[in-house]
Amino acid sequence: MKYLDEYRDSKLVHTLLDEINHSLTRPWVIMEICGGQTHSIMKHGLDQLLPEGIELVHGPGCPVCVTSQEMVDKALLIASQPGVIFTSYGDMLRVPGSTGDLFSIRASGKDVRVVYSSLDAVKIARENPDKQVVFFAIGFETTAPANAMSVLYAQRLGLSNFSLLVSQVRVPPAMHAILAAPGNRVQGFLAAGHVCTVMGYWEYVPIAHQYKLPVVVTGFEPVDILQGLLSAIRGLENQMYEVSNAYSRVVTYEGNQPAQKIINQVFAECDQKWRGMGNIPGSGWCLKPDFFQFNAEGKYQLSKVVSLESPLCISGKILQGLEKPLDCPAFARQCSPEHPLGATMVSAEGTCSAYYRYGRSK
Amino acid sequence: MTDSAADIEGLVCPLPLPHNERIVLGHGSGGRMSYELISKTFLPQFDNPILRVADDAASLILSAHDASFSSRLAVSTDSHVVTPLFFPGGDIGRLAICGTVNDVSMLGAMPLYLTAGFILEEGLDVDVLNRVIASMRSTAMQAGVQVIAGDTKVVQNGKADGLYINTTGIGVIPTGVNISGARAQLGDVILISGTIGEHGIAVLAARGELNFESEIQSDMAPLNGLVASMLEVTKDIHVLRDPTRGGLATSLNEIAIQSQVGMLVEEKAIPVKPAVQAACEMLGFDPLYVANEGKLLAIVEQSYAEKLLDCMKNHPLGRDAAIIGTVTEMHEARVKVRTAYGTTRMVDMLSGEMLPRIC
Repeated sequence: MKYLDEYRDSKLVHTLLDEINHSLTRPWVIMEICGGQTHSIMKHGLDQLLPEGIELVHGPGCPVCVTSQEMVDKALLIASQPGVIFTSYGDMLRVPGSTGDLFSIRASGKDVRVVYSSLDAVKIARENPDKQVVFFAIGFETTAPANAMSVLYAQRLGLSNFSLLVSQVRVPPAMHAILAAPGNRVQGFLAAGHVCTVMGYWEYVPIAHQYKLPVVVTGFEPVDILQGLLSAIRGLENQMYEVSNAYSRVVTYEGNQPAQKIINQVFAECDQKWRGMGNIPGSGWCLKPDFFQFNAEGKYQLSKVVSLESPLCISGKILQGLEKPLDCPAFARQCSPEHPLGATMVSAEGTCSAYYRYGRSK
Repeated sequence: MTDSAADIEGLVCPLPLPHNERIVLGHGSGGRMSYELISKTFLPQFDNPILRVADDAASLILSAHDASFSSRLAVSTDSHVVTPLFFPGGDIGRLAICGTVNDVSMLGAMPLYLTAGFILEEGLDVDVLNRVIASMRSTAMQAGVQVIAGDTKVVQNGKADGLYINTTGIGVIPTGVNISGARAQLGDVILISGTIGEHGIAVLAARGELNFESEIQSDMAPLNGLVASMLEVTKDIHVLRDPTRGGLATSLNEIAIQSQVGMLVEEKAIPVKPAVQAACEMLGFDPLYVANEGKLLAIVEQSYAEKLLDCMKNHPLGRDAAIIGTVTEMHEARVKVRTAYGTTRMVDMLSGEMLPRIC
């Protein structure tokens, strides 16, 4: 397939591996931020090809995984209300809250629908004026423009029956949190290509300078990932602590400015709770006061939500790159995609799910 | 007086509406309306001597075949539910025939007879029903099977998705054929009869929920002809399976569990049409898990593999057949795929529903 086969080329993969081997003089720990990258690494078995000195740790870039359990519990509560059509990206339906998941709410007869785009949720609101339509606006910078757009679209249509349950998160504050945490092992980052498509990579320059590490904007195919790694390793070996772009066919320094403008029009930075990682200052986006009528948290009584995480689940440590799925005693035992204890096992982009799907035995 | 009827219109009891256009609950009452629906809609399409007798059960004599068939029967039943009822490359009627014919064929059996049970939703357009039944008829003819018994029920509007069809198939197993998911053996070769994932993607696109368009047609087809040709190469095919829901990956895992073996599949060897690959990349699906309705997996002793492949390639339903892997010792991963880079990964069964990715 054009624009894909080139980036899965076996010869190129092996050439890049040779170059990585040549550049390496000592071991390094590098984190790929995005769950899509983790899955690609596991699916193509790239971890099996890398020299021993390179340790990849898997980052928090899975939108489903980092959505706090409190938010999931709020979603369950709203979806259970009479007269509500609760809409969500498909992956969120399987995420366990304290008392079940959205699938079980749907099975109990409530109206929970999977949408592929937030704009589809607005359409549902327009077609069902007698129902309240709530969209679960989760995700990183990648989903933020479309989620913001849904609010503007609903406003333009004059809809009063559409609202968002917002749990938007941002990558740069999470990188700060990981690097500042005691026990941090990360020495370089592969930044998430899709996020940078929207945001550019200007936000990472201060991080690279402050913590003295390379940050490489990286894509998702095997050639992309190895190019990103090579660039990060060269930066580490030569003590060049800069942001570089190994995904220039898609990403520019400034990013997608119209998309950033829409985000800034609708959302304002706020503190955000991450699953397993706790509250990270300035790491979220919340609806601006102008759009209060589209805030589901204002429409429903949600203050009583008390959330309980499974005591067995170590997803918090996994999301910070401190531990790996095989370190978890519950992995592939009490915890599986059919019975997930934590979100990292649920999502198609979750680290535990990647290990479960592709690499339980080596 | 020719127009006196018009004059006294207000004095006669209104005739009940004939309800020729939509299914109503009365069509499932078991009374006259049911009788008319069956005799006008179903019987003419499925007509055959066994069905025509119209007793409570079909009476069969399975002696018509020669000594090349054993007295072993293959029986399979399947309920067919699909939204939308019509999609590129097929419809629920064709699915109801192919699904069951193929299940029976996967024991190497020659499918002979089907029964068909219909659950119709009140309000269903009779035209739709007619189209579905016509499609069943032509597919049954293509497969060389007869529908010999049937049943119709009607449920209230909103209690079903238009119509559901259950079919049960009966076939005879040739002498000397012993095909089972439990017979994969160390060193056996795994073949697939063609490109994978078309049915699942065609139905998904036809649903329109994901707002993507594609020209992909369902691969839906009755496979009994292909199986019969393959059995001419060797009767000792160890395993046949049609990788329907759950896709190739799930079928391979099922066989590995049944046979207590492992499998190693070459990723590059698995045929996938570029349009299916593209749709999967976009939606975050893996073609290995997408449903097929006109493909089969065959597992045979290595010495037969090339001959069997040639035979499959010469059949219209096996043109893109390929050898995709081998049966290995049992290992923890059960089914492994070797990537283009020489690395391996495990391929598990499909877990729950396939959901499109977020970003």
